[in-house]
Amino acid sequence: MVLCLFAVCLVCAAVLGGVYVLTEEPIKAAAEAEARAAIAKVLPEGGEISEELSSDAEGILAYYVQNNGDAVSAYAVKSVTGGFGGPPSIMVGVLPDGSVFNTSVLSHSETPGLGAKCTEDKFLSQWKGYKGTFTVGKDGDVDAITASTITSRAYAKAVKQAVDMVLSLGGEQHSDAVSGASLNKKEE
Amino acid sequence: MANKLSLITKGFFKENPTFVLVLGMCPTLATTTSAMNGLEMGLATMFVLILSNIVISLIAPVVPDKVHIPVYIVVIATFVTLLELLMKAYTPDVYKTLGLFIPLIVVNCIILGRAEAFASKNGVLDSALDGIGIGLGFTMSLTVIGIVREILGSGAVFGWKFMPGDGALAFVMAPGAFLVLGYLLVLFNKIAKKN
Repeated sequence: MVLCLFAVCLVCAAVLGGVYVLTEEPIKAAAEAEARAAIAKVLPEGGEISEELSSDAEGILAYYVQNNGDAVSAYAVKSVTGGFGGPPSIMVGVLPDGSVFNTSVLSHSETPGLGAKCTEDKFLSQWKGYKGTFTVGKDGDVDAITASTITSRAYAKAVKQAVDMVLSLGGEQHSDAVSGASLNKKEE
Repeated sequence: MANKLSLITKGFFKENPTFVLVLGMCPTLATTTSAMNGLEMGLATMFVLILSNIVISLIAPVVPDKVHIPVYIVVIATFVTLLELLMKAYTPDVYKTLGLFIPLIVVNCIILGRAEAFASKNGVLDSALDGIGIGLGFTMSLTVIGIVREILGSGAVFGWKFMPGDGALAFVMAPGAFLVLGYLLVLFNKIAKKN
């Protein structure tokens, strides 16, 4: 009896271990490809993207710097904060002047059909070129997802964290080429 | 041959897991917020069900009665974890929408129910066919519930929007799941009785 249970557990553990080893690389590659794709989505075209850098700021998992020649043209920031179903992590493209270029969801565990709508264009499009107060709802300048205010607020907070982090970096890495790039963005 | 075929078809009507056996209600209610989610959840469950049915029908004769439940659960949990890893690696997009509910397949009573009621007493081929039949029945039921909830709740079918606006949002949330399931249960059994 005990032996049988032991044998079954042993075989199952071995199978799982094997599959884990086999899928470890593809899972990592998929996550890496996703991160790169997300960075490309949230930053202006062109320029070179740096290796992953880490930051001590609250809720910032990692960030990447995009360089255009010698000047920093934008930052991609991986930001995380508490959502409704669990902490969603998002990628935020921030220009050096603190305006948002674009955002993209990396992972979330929001309710399908409700909070999960944060991955849809209707919600995401309002973040393109966003510069504002990060307040959600009636009095704010961010439209919440219907019936998912908590998710929307979490998203706004995550974006704010990213912008704050970039602004805190701003002092160190200023250049004229950079402000030129951000002016173009504002005219849109 | 007709016997084998009926193993598959019974999952649709006579022993439909959702509308007749009323098993596996947790994933049924939770994942059917849209037609696509329902379909994907059904297929994921079918994958686990077929494999666990096959393995359990193979090992059932040698498993002592006292530990058969833990053994079955370990087998099922192994397949679910396997599915989770494979989805993460090769279909990250599907995993993103369903990720939260994949581990829940372990506690889906359809799978343990079929292991107990069918696979442990029947041969490998019959158990595999039973898994396909019940799995298809489950997939069909979840997709139908998903379609109804998506039409009423989001005004769309399989993500294709035919109506502007949000629809009756309650149908995407938990109360709508119970309502739709209840009405479909009645409808299904009315039709089934007539035939």
